[in-house]
Amino acid sequence: MIIGSQKPIEEIWEMVKDFRKVLVFGCNTCVAVCHAGGEKEAETIASLIRMRAQQEGKEMEVNHLGVMRHCEPEYFDPVMDEVKKYDLVLSTACGVGVNFLSDRTGNIPVYPGINTSFYGAVEAPGNFVELCAGCGNCILHMTGGICPIARCSKTLMNGPCGGTNNGKCEVSKDIDCAWFLIVERMKQLGTLEKLSEVIPPRNWSTSRDGGPRRVSLEHIRAYEEQEAQKAATAGGKK
Amino acid sequence: MKSGSNLEKVIASGKPAVTAELGPPMSADGHEVRKKARLLKGFCDAANITDCQTAVVRISSIAAAVIALQEGLEPVMQMTCRDRNRIAMQADLLGGAALGLRNCLCIAGDHQSFSAAGRLKGHPGAKNVYDVDTCQLVGILKKMRDEGKQEGGDPLEVAPKFFIGASWTPMADPVDFRPVNLMKKVNAGADFIQTQGIYDIEGFRSQMEKIRKMGLHERTAILGGIIVPKSAMMLKYMDSSVAGVSVPKSLIDRMNKVKAEAGEDKKKARELQEQEGLRITVELIHQVLETPGVKGVHIQAIEWESAIEGIVKAAGLYPRPAFD
Ligand code: SF4
Ligand code: SF4
Repeated sequence: MIIGSQKPIEEIWEMVKDFRKVLVFGCNTCVAVCHAGGEKEAETIASLIRMRAQQEGKEMEVNHLGVMRHCEPEYFDPVMDEVKKYDLVLSTACGVGVNFLSDRTGNIPVYPGINTSFYGAVEAPGNFVELCAGCGNCILHMTGGICPIARCSKTLMNGPCGGTNNGKCEVSKDIDCAWFLIVERMKQLGTLEKLSEVIPPRNWSTSRDGGPRRVSLEHIRAYEEQEAQKAATAGGKK
Repeated sequence: MKSGSNLEKVIASGKPAVTAELGPPMSADGHEVRKKARLLKGFCDAANITDCQTAVVRISSIAAAVIALQEGLEPVMQMTCRDRNRIAMQADLLGGAALGLRNCLCIAGDHQSFSAAGRLKGHPGAKNVYDVDTCQLVGILKKMRDEGKQEGGDPLEVAPKFFIGASWTPMADPVDFRPVNLMKKVNAGADFIQTQGIYDIEGFRSQMEKIRKMGLHERTAILGGIIVPKSAMMLKYMDSSVAGVSVPKSLIDRMNKVKAEAGEDKKKARELQEQEGLRITVELIHQVLETPGVKGVHIQAIEWESAIEGIVKAAGLYPRPAFD
């Protein structure tokens, strides 16, 4: 899932202080799990802004709201009339949600209420770790299920650098060396010899380097269009 | 000859090769490079010109290498994977070759967070590149040289003829994988290897035994790394903090002993430790060169280039072979 983290309230205040009606809009999927931007967190942020406004003697109306997802219209469409009553939407969804909603709110700006950090997992309650970088061409079958792109500080493809120290990355004692983990895991799986092959330079065009990406499922697009057409013809007969 | 570099010739001659290291300055002071080059000239077969070592901005390896060349010192240009994508890398390789450079060492490069160590501000917020890794960069150099092709496949009318090097940390984690690591660099096309600094001769020898079993010592020239120790503190620091380097207690004790002999006299303590450091260096050089499969030494006297002459002479490695 997508992991987010809270922004300092000072930064949020700088964003919102010149608006009169602010909606803090939470997203109840990924960012709720990581306690960054669900409806509960949206409520907290809204009250922090209200307190600050009071301290600064600003007249502001600040409310909160939450929907299941900001990345699919069917979830926020039902509340769009309500959303459009505000001067500013502070979305605590991930960056995807902020972008997506912002494209659909006309004159009303949508600002980011959290920092979107990475694709990760819940290692332990309150501990979230980055495990994939969405490179668009997965090679986990070659690296024992451990991603060198997301988890090696240098995205090395052919084994560890010289900086591995006691299983930790040269960048910090708090970061596991991905290649140390890969070697150990592949030993356990009995597939270590796979690592002897030199992996040639990658084609990064499947990742962000190829420009913004899109996945289109032809069969679903075709079905949707058919249905739309059916509906249109049915309507015509009436 | 693959490149015709002096280093390649020495290695081909079968005599033990000696490489040294020259760290370019953190300013546009070309004179500093010349000064260091003059200190090294004649006492090594080639000198590595580091490429923004520890991610600190310095005169570029290529520019400093050309200055060294003008001074009559054969350079080994270095290229980290940290700062350039494959487009910039190949452009710089073509440029380096056109300027007369004949050796290139491929390395991953220290992470940019290293640049903010000590008193330096550095550039820890820099974006790193790592479009390709060391093995892949070695492969690119080989493809350019031997097939006359760019990585993408476009032809090179004039191919850059580099003697291709890579680094190897024989005793870093995961230790049992390190021989495979070396094998991959050799398979990719590394003509020579410079190792991380060795103090633990036993550990190094046991890794070299595996390397000989794999036959890698015959497919690449392994130059054992020697880092000239200056003080007990430096040895302790390297032992505890530098990945893949462990320093036997006996060496640290030796340094501590001479330090204690100086008592309160700080200047004397420094001098005595430096002298002991040079003795240790010469011993290490002999032990490394006596290890079967080793073809030479890579001596790093960090910010102490003036020490190289004495070391090379004391180790019986002077004069260096000359070719016409
Ligand atoms: S290889 Fe690519 S897709 Fe697979 S886990 Fe790593 S970044 Fe994600
Ligand atoms: S220490 Fe390990 S994780 Fe860190 S950069 Fe090197 S190989 Fe990658």
